[in-house]
Amino acid sequence: MATFHLDITKEHCPMTFVKTKIELAKLKTGDILEVLLSEGEPLENVPRTSQEQGYQVTGIEQVEGSTYRVSIQK
Amino acid sequence: MANKLSIISFSGDFDKLTAVFTLATGAAAVGYEVNLFFTFWGLDAIKKKQGRSFVGGTALTKLFGFFMGGLKAAPVSRLNFWGASASIFRSLMRRNNVATPEELLEAAKALSVNFYACEMAMHILGLTKEDFIPEVKDVLGVASFLKIADGGQTLFI
Repeated sequence: MATFHLDITKEHCPMTFVKTKIELAKLKTGDILEVLLSEGEPLENVPRTSQEQGYQVTGIEQVEGSTYRVSIQK
Repeated sequence: MANKLSIISFSGDFDKLTAVFTLATGAAAVGYEVNLFFTFWGLDAIKKKQGRSFVGGTALTKLFGFFMGGLKAAPVSRLNFWGASASIFRSLMRRNNVATPEELLEAAKALSVNFYACEMAMHILGLTKEDFIPEVKDVLGVASFLKIADGGQTLFI
């Protein structure tokens, strides 16, 4: 089980969840992807859509200001 | 069964193709099956040669092919300013970290979006499957596209 990192704080729709999906597809079952993202649309949709596709959101924490870290397990 | 979005990509305009690829990649990224059916001007978006080139079977269709161009030659539907607007938009997109149509096309390939080309429009324009990117899965007519799109949402852009 390995942990990978993805920063999408500078991305906009649809590349926020497009990049997340492409990264998640590369992982092995059990691996974790830590996604750094901004509040608003990415924070609302990246965890929700990941969960809907069968991935597990294991944590959401505020890093600083409007930046959050979302941990997603494949 | 997965949700399904099928888009008839008719326009060859830069802005409308941006909408096509934005919706397609967004939907594919959230688990939709996505089918893109390119017809008429929309075929420009999936040409192998993204600039201007003489593709087509006869002298007339080759000339059309040249003026229509590929994705990189797509004009903006309004305020085109003789082709300058698309470059301005690309520069604005890069400056604001928004994906360009070319980047969205690459993302669509990575997300296994299904690309189809319209047989009738290809026939008019003298284009063959070899003129398109290899990701084009098949050349279809209306009946086949309707069958593929059946049971999902369909958009015409």
